[in-house]
Amino acid sequence: MVKVKVFVTLKEGVLDPQGKAVEQALDARGFRGVSEMRVGKYMEFYMDHEAAGDQEIQNMCEQLLANPVIEDYRYETEEVVSK
Amino acid sequence: MRFAVIVFPGSNCDTDLFRAIEEVLCEEVDYVSHHETNLENYDAVLLPGGFSYGDYLRSGAIASFSNIMPAIIDFAESGKPILGICNGFQVLLESGLLPGAMKRNEHLKFICQTTPLIVENNETAFTNQYRLQERINLPIAHAEGNYECDEGTLADLEKNHQVVFRYADNPNGSKGDIAGIVNERGNVLGMMPHPERAVEQLLGNDDGYKLFQSILVHWREQHAVTS
Repeated sequence: MVKVKVFVTLKEGVLDPQGKAVEQALDARGFRGVSEMRVGKYMEFYMDHEAAGDQEIQNMCEQLLANPVIEDYRYETEEVVSK
Repeated sequence: MRFAVIVFPGSNCDTDLFRAIEEVLCEEVDYVSHHETNLENYDAVLLPGGFSYGDYLRSGAIASFSNIMPAIIDFAESGKPILGICNGFQVLLESGLLPGAMKRNEHLKFICQTTPLIVENNETAFTNQYRLQERINLPIAHAEGNYECDEGTLADLEKNHQVVFRYADNPNGSKGDIAGIVNERGNVLGMMPHPERAVEQLLGNDDGYKLFQSILVHWREQHAVTS
C-alpha cells in the first residue's frame, strides 16, 4: 500500500480571508513576526501500490481534491506495510 | 414551458424555486433528482441554493460529479437556459460551465440580507424584462460568494458583457463586484442572489419575478420563430 498525503492551499496571489483572520488573531494574542498565513486542507488516504502513480494522483487532485482555478496542491507518498 | 428543478442531497431552496415557477410564473415544473440522467423533456433547468453534499470539500464540488451532471452539460451545449442560484452557481463553477471559483466571504461571515444590484446586461434570456442599469434589490444568503478569477478571465467577462448582475455595494469582496455571470453563449447564468425569494409582494419584494418572466418571454420568442 501507499499512503498519500495531499496539501491544498489557495494559490499564491489569491487573497485568503481565513489566513488573514488567523494571522491577525495570532498578532492579537501577542505572537509577533508572522506573515503570509495560508489556511488550507490536508487529506490522507491509502492506495494500492499499482494504482498510486504520479499521473493518477495528479488527476485526482486536479479533477476533484483541489480546484485549480484558485488552489494549489502538493502531495507526498510513502510506502507502508499492507494493513 | 417546462422547468426542471434539480434536487441534490442538501438542496434547500428547491421548494422556493418550484413554487416561483408553479404558482407565480404559472408554468409546468418538476423536481428532478440528482440520480436522473435525462433532461430531454425540459425547456429550462434550475439549480437551487442550499448546501449540496453538506458543502463537503468545496461548495458544489461533489454535486458537479453527480449522475445528472452529464445531462446538464448536454443541456448547456444544446443552448437551452440553465439558471444556477447560490449553491447552484457554485455547482456551475465547479463543473466548468462557468469560469472562476468562489472563496469565503471577505469578512468570513455568513451574510443574509437584501442587497442592491445593478442589471449590467439586459439582453440575455434571463434579464430581457429589466432595464439596462436598473437597480433592483434581491436577498443574498451565503458564506462563500466571494467571486474569484484571474485578470484575463475578468477582462473576457467584461469584454463579452458576461457580467449580468453587479453588487451596488459589494458585500463579500467579489472581484469586479460580480453577483452574476453568464457563459459566452449566454444560456447559462450563475448568480449568488436569490430571485426565487422575491417573486411577489406578499414576500415583501417582487424584483426577482422579471428574471423568471424573462426566461419565459425568451422561450416564447424562440418558439414563435420555429413554429
